[in-house]
Amino acid sequence: MTAPSVSAAQPPGSSVPAAAQAQPRSRRLLGRNPWRHPWFLEGFTWLYLVWSLVPIIIAVLFSFNKGKSQAAWQGFSWRWYFKDPVNSVLHDPALHAAVIQTVRLSVLTTIIAVPLGVAFALGINRWRGYTSSTFNFVMILSFVIPELIFGVAMFFVFTVLFTGVHLGTIAETLGLVTWNVSWPAIIVQARLVTLGRHYEEASADLGANRFQTMRRVLLPLLAPAIFASAVLVFSGVIDDFVIVDLLSSNAGNTPMSVIIYSTQHGGNGGPALNALGTIMLVMSFIIAIIGFIGYRFLTRGERGSRIAALTTIAGSEG
Amino acid sequence: MRDQKRNGFWIALAAPGIIWLVLLFIVPFYAVLAIAMGKLDQLFESPVAVWNPLQWSSSNVIDVARDLVGSASFAGPIVIRTVLYVAIGSLLCLLIGYPAAYFVARFAGRRKGLFLILLIAPFWISYMMRMLAWVDLLQTNGYANKALGWFGISPVNWLGGKPATVILGLVYGYIPYLILVLYAGLDRIDPALIEAGRDLGLGRVRTFVRITLPLSRQPILTGLLITVLPMIGDYYTNQLLSGAASTSMIGNLIQGQLGTPGLEGQGAVLSLLLLLVLLIPMIYYVVATNRSSRVAS
Repeated sequence: MTAPSVSAAQPPGSSVPAAAQAQPRSRRLLGRNPWRHPWFLEGFTWLYLVWSLVPIIIAVLFSFNKGKSQAAWQGFSWRWYFKDPVNSVLHDPALHAAVIQTVRLSVLTTIIAVPLGVAFALGINRWRGYTSSTFNFVMILSFVIPELIFGVAMFFVFTVLFTGVHLGTIAETLGLVTWNVSWPAIIVQARLVTLGRHYEEASADLGANRFQTMRRVLLPLLAPAIFASAVLVFSGVIDDFVIVDLLSSNAGNTPMSVIIYSTQHGGNGGPALNALGTIMLVMSFIIAIIGFIGYRFLTRGERGSRIAALTTIAGSEG
Repeated sequence: MRDQKRNGFWIALAAPGIIWLVLLFIVPFYAVLAIAMGKLDQLFESPVAVWNPLQWSSSNVIDVARDLVGSASFAGPIVIRTVLYVAIGSLLCLLIGYPAAYFVARFAGRRKGLFLILLIAPFWISYMMRMLAWVDLLQTNGYANKALGWFGISPVNWLGGKPATVILGLVYGYIPYLILVLYAGLDRIDPALIEAGRDLGLGRVRTFVRITLPLSRQPILTGLLITVLPMIGDYYTNQLLSGAASTSMIGNLIQGQLGTPGLEGQGAVLSLLLLLVLLIPMIYYVVATNRSSRVAS
């Protein structure tokens, strides 16, 4: 029944493939330059960027709002930063403490996680064996595991097993170090792979012992990777939310991200939270600029471009 | 002998990190298991960890199973909702992110640095600040409703438990990760391949379909994973942008059980179940990125 109708719907003969082939060719002959600039794509990209960044700019503007609204502009003031004697970031004890706690956690975590991760990377990379590859796998697993699942494990281990570590700054630091130690471990290993072993062998041939090789040859060569990972750990802690949310216990050890979340969620939002967010943003941007300039300085004389430095500082090996 | 001594130096270097991982990564997951399989202290309603596998009890697992499936299940719809939100959200991320990454990797030319800075900027802005920005915009008297007002549309209560708002938040929150992975992958494609396609008479669209798209399959997969994994564990986006029970996701369920006396054991079971489900994509991600970094170096 259906067979005749199908053949009837098709134009007869072999003209079908010919027509299909002719069509793109004739379109090309009409003179559309295949190398023309893709204005549509560029417009789309700009639209995306506007959508991605303009809300942030507006949120920063509202931190300077004269009134209590986060939605309607009422004039410029420094009220929510320091002018207001009660509700400003400077004078509200919870907001004030949050800024200090964020800085404290970032510094502590970076100081512990970076040496730990760098030593781990060096050891694992040179020590070939079943144990080392297993732990390398565990390290990478800690990098990709969803933060909530990891945070739950941290919460239980500190409330049930290591009960001597009460929830608070120490628990937060231990959790953040474990969560961030994979940055130096992975980035330094990647750098070790690209370096190869020639430098070490040359250094050993010239009579250096292992410690001298480490200090004079390996560590200077690894400096860009170590620096980049330190920047990523520091800014990662500023931005972190889940771990500190689950492991903080009172206002004294609650960092900025958690304060913004819990206050806004609790219905007590106001421009002071935008001010707090803006302070976080400025802190991160300062770290980013230091990171970019420092990385460029450490890799001077290498072939790497500005763009490579940019993507490295953002945590992509690309 | 000499070999062992040489190894000893590296083992000593790796040891602190290994001990750290054992104590604060492996042991904590055993603690979750011990609580999941543990009992409940009836008096204080606090979880009792059972460390010996021979004495494990299945009461928490049975409770969770009853919550997930069955006539009175309340967690089943939450799981379905999570899958739905994450699927729509990550697909939107890809649809928006791919063209932008493609443009910057292929056509940005000398302005690549500028575009990259703008694409990377969200990485340096706290997630909470980025959510707060939308809370500001979407308030009933906020700019979103004002803009709608110009077209004569009456104000919408965006923050009152709308699924669309939650998905918007998820897309906005995680799209930068996807774009950066896509950019890195697309940037690695040898332009000679694309030129060859052109020289052999392919049009722009067919060059894309035949050459660029197949070569970007790997970055698309890893990029999707890097957005899907955190989206599934997200509880804060939807708390801030909706807060309603009608939009709560699996993350909210687990986080809520952590603070509730008597339910912590079930929270442990749920987070282990989630880990089990996500283990395969996680391992795939590790293997795939390992392979691509080996190719790159």
